[in-house]
Amino acid sequence: MSRKLLAALLSLTVTLALSLALIDRPLPTEDLPARVGQAMQSSGVAHPVTAVLLNFRSYDTLLEVGVLLIAVVVALALREAQPDGPDRMGLDNPLLRAITAWLMPLMLMVSGYLLWAGSTRPGGAFQAGAVLAACGVLLRLCGTGLSWLEQPWRLRAGLALGPLVFLAAGTATMLAGASFLAYPEPLAGSLILFIELNLMVSIALALISLFRLAPPQSDSPHFADRRRSRRE
Amino acid sequence: MSVALPLPWLIVVPLGGAMASFLVPERWRVRLGLAVLPVMWLVTLAVLGDLAAHGVQVHALGGWSAPLGITLLADGLALGMVALTTLVFSLCAVHAASHAAEKGHNGEIGFLWPLLWFLVAALNSIWLSADIFNLYVGLELLGLTAVGLVALTGSAEALAAAMRYLLAALLGSLCYLLGVALLYAAGGSLALGDLGTIAGSGATARVALALMTLGLILKTALFPLHAWLPPAHGGALAPVSALLSALVVKASLYILIRLWLALDPDVATAAAANLLGALGAGAVLWGGWMAWRQTKLKYLVAYSTVAQIGYLFLFFPLVTGTSTIAGGLAWDGTLLMLISHALAKAGMFLAAGNLVLAMGSPLIADLSGISRFRPLSLFSFGLAGVSLMGLPPSGGFTAKWLLLQSALHSGQWWWVVVLIVGGLLSAAYVFKVLRHSFVEGPKRDHFNSPPMAMELAALALAAAGMGVGLAAQSPLTWMRIGSPFGVGG
Amino acid sequence: MSSALFYAWVGVVLCGLGLFGFILHRHLMRRLLAFNIMGSGSFMILVGLAQDGRGADPVPQALVLTGIVVAVASTALALVILRRWYRVSGESRLPEDV
Repeated sequence: MSRKLLAALLSLTVTLALSLALIDRPLPTEDLPARVGQAMQSSGVAHPVTAVLLNFRSYDTLLEVGVLLIAVVVALALREAQPDGPDRMGLDNPLLRAITAWLMPLMLMVSGYLLWAGSTRPGGAFQAGAVLAACGVLLRLCGTGLSWLEQPWRLRAGLALGPLVFLAAGTATMLAGASFLAYPEPLAGSLILFIELNLMVSIALALISLFRLAPPQSDSPHFADRRRSRRE
Repeated sequence: MSVALPLPWLIVVPLGGAMASFLVPERWRVRLGLAVLPVMWLVTLAVLGDLAAHGVQVHALGGWSAPLGITLLADGLALGMVALTTLVFSLCAVHAASHAAEKGHNGEIGFLWPLLWFLVAALNSIWLSADIFNLYVGLELLGLTAVGLVALTGSAEALAAAMRYLLAALLGSLCYLLGVALLYAAGGSLALGDLGTIAGSGATARVALALMTLGLILKTALFPLHAWLPPAHGGALAPVSALLSALVVKASLYILIRLWLALDPDVATAAAANLLGALGAGAVLWGGWMAWRQTKLKYLVAYSTVAQIGYLFLFFPLVTGTSTIAGGLAWDGTLLMLISHALAKAGMFLAAGNLVLAMGSPLIADLSGISRFRPLSLFSFGLAGVSLMGLPPSGGFTAKWLLLQSALHSGQWWWVVVLIVGGLLSAAYVFKVLRHSFVEGPKRDHFNSPPMAMELAALALAAAGMGVGLAAQSPLTWMRIGSPFGVGG
Repeated sequence: MSSALFYAWVGVVLCGLGLFGFILHRHLMRRLLAFNIMGSGSFMILVGLAQDGRGADPVPQALVLTGIVVAVASTALALVILRRWYRVSGESRLPEDV
């Protein structure tokens, strides 16, 4: 009861405070969208959101990819500390297999399109990587193991590829005497696409690995007792 | 102006080290992790040299200056924290490496090294960032790495502690993000330096500061939001506990101090500052009392962190609406407290880890007889304890002396009472450990012996905490470069 | 009220609901869902409020994309830890809530 009261009080306070902040808000004096518009020409891409993500604030994106990589590193570490049982993930369902076989080429194409479209309209590495990861998840549900990925070294190389290319590009510009991640203007467009391509691979692998590294429920030693107790 | 080394190297080196040690086969991870250390030292010293030669450094990432791009800002405070990180991290890394060498295999902690280097990258990204959204990403980077380090052993206790820590960290960063959203909507810029002039002093800025403060004190584990800290810090591997207590909890406090000083004084009011001070006083008393009541050695040290965080929050009432002299004294005292606590607490956690390893039991009651077998580790523990208690000539003493003078100067004598009672409570829990170790209990003649390097790492940190007190002037002079309190104090 | 401001208001409501669930519930899966609702709320505030009365602004949209990736990574990590915790303890709540 007291927990409910606490939850209600706190969430009500936050809601009211936020409402107050919304109502009594000054209009900003600084016009950042205008600055983005002025700098678009030298950004190398035509879509402002992509320009902000991969050029003006690319450092944020570098750290963000780091966050995703850390999540996978921790998941890998936990599997090492606590090995999983035999893999029983695959569902024996012919319909799922058939649909996956139909969808797979389409999804691969969509993912490639999203990556390409990122420079001129909504899209980009994360969206493309997410669709690619969905392919991996479907394959895994069908029981089609991605066995070439099970090789620890290959998996690690694929995971680190995108962040490493990104970091190397930034360091290279710094060694050339410019700022960190300051792409030379004529190359900016192709450099951004190249970085995004590598990021897409690593992001897709990271998402698939995270899905794979959470142990299945049936793996728990308590699973059998629970099912029994529920049936009784 | 030509600088010897651009600032981003402070992030590129640890990030590269993390990825390299993730890529190489397992048997090379420790060696590679250690090999990056000298590079890190070179980069740190070069950037410090630039600070001495050219003053405050600014680096516009991607060549886009704020508010369009993100800038890195290296003033004395930021680089002081960078140097502290390099120092504490090196000794903890030596401790971890010699532990792994002793065990002959490092299969159990295979991914320790990539995570350790990610931790350094995350910390440096926070110390240097001058952009409130980038600080959010840095906080998440740091939070997930720290949670991973806590969970690393995979035991039930570690997983529960990591889950609790993760929930607190996620809620904290979300509150911070809400504040960022409000500040951007009101000011149109994310640059930390712009906040004072553009965010105004209306309700939006106040709510934003309140939410960000709430999120950050949750991440700093300020009383009464500290419940996640003791299991997380008390249950992790010794070098991980040392890094978490010495540096990680300080990162969110650092952001809070930056925000508080950047925003308009009408937003960061004296009443709010006094509330933070009161919570800090509560932390000193409650943390000290709980530390004294613990039966496990590492939990005692973890609760001591809860108490020591409290002292750092006395900063807010002592600088808000007080004279420049009192503010300058509080600035110096808080920074010195931060440094000496980081060094002493890291030393204490490493020493406690050595003692636990030597006795093969986590309980304080099992310490009896250890004074004869492991005098060096016990001495390091005591030396770190002297700094935490605030006895002369330790860094803790000088820091408390400065805070005390600042409190008297601004006529807020009640904080002096907190400082004195806190010191007595620290003495109580440190002496509790020492008393048990000198008791000749049931005859025991077998203790494990940790390698010498592990004992020396603990001793070096504890001694550094002592040395800061003897040579307080030089770090303070450095850290005043570019500070709002100038050369006063 | 502009549509942008309406989105910000919806974000405020989602934040309140998410926080309520986050504190109230003990089951870790529910708390994680509540956290995600709260996260979506704060993203809506970030985009909606900044664009109210000023037209499209690419900066908060990019920030939200970064925020989403970070939220996905944190949620995935939390799920991995949750499943591991369930596997060793048979519990889906924290020890103090059982």
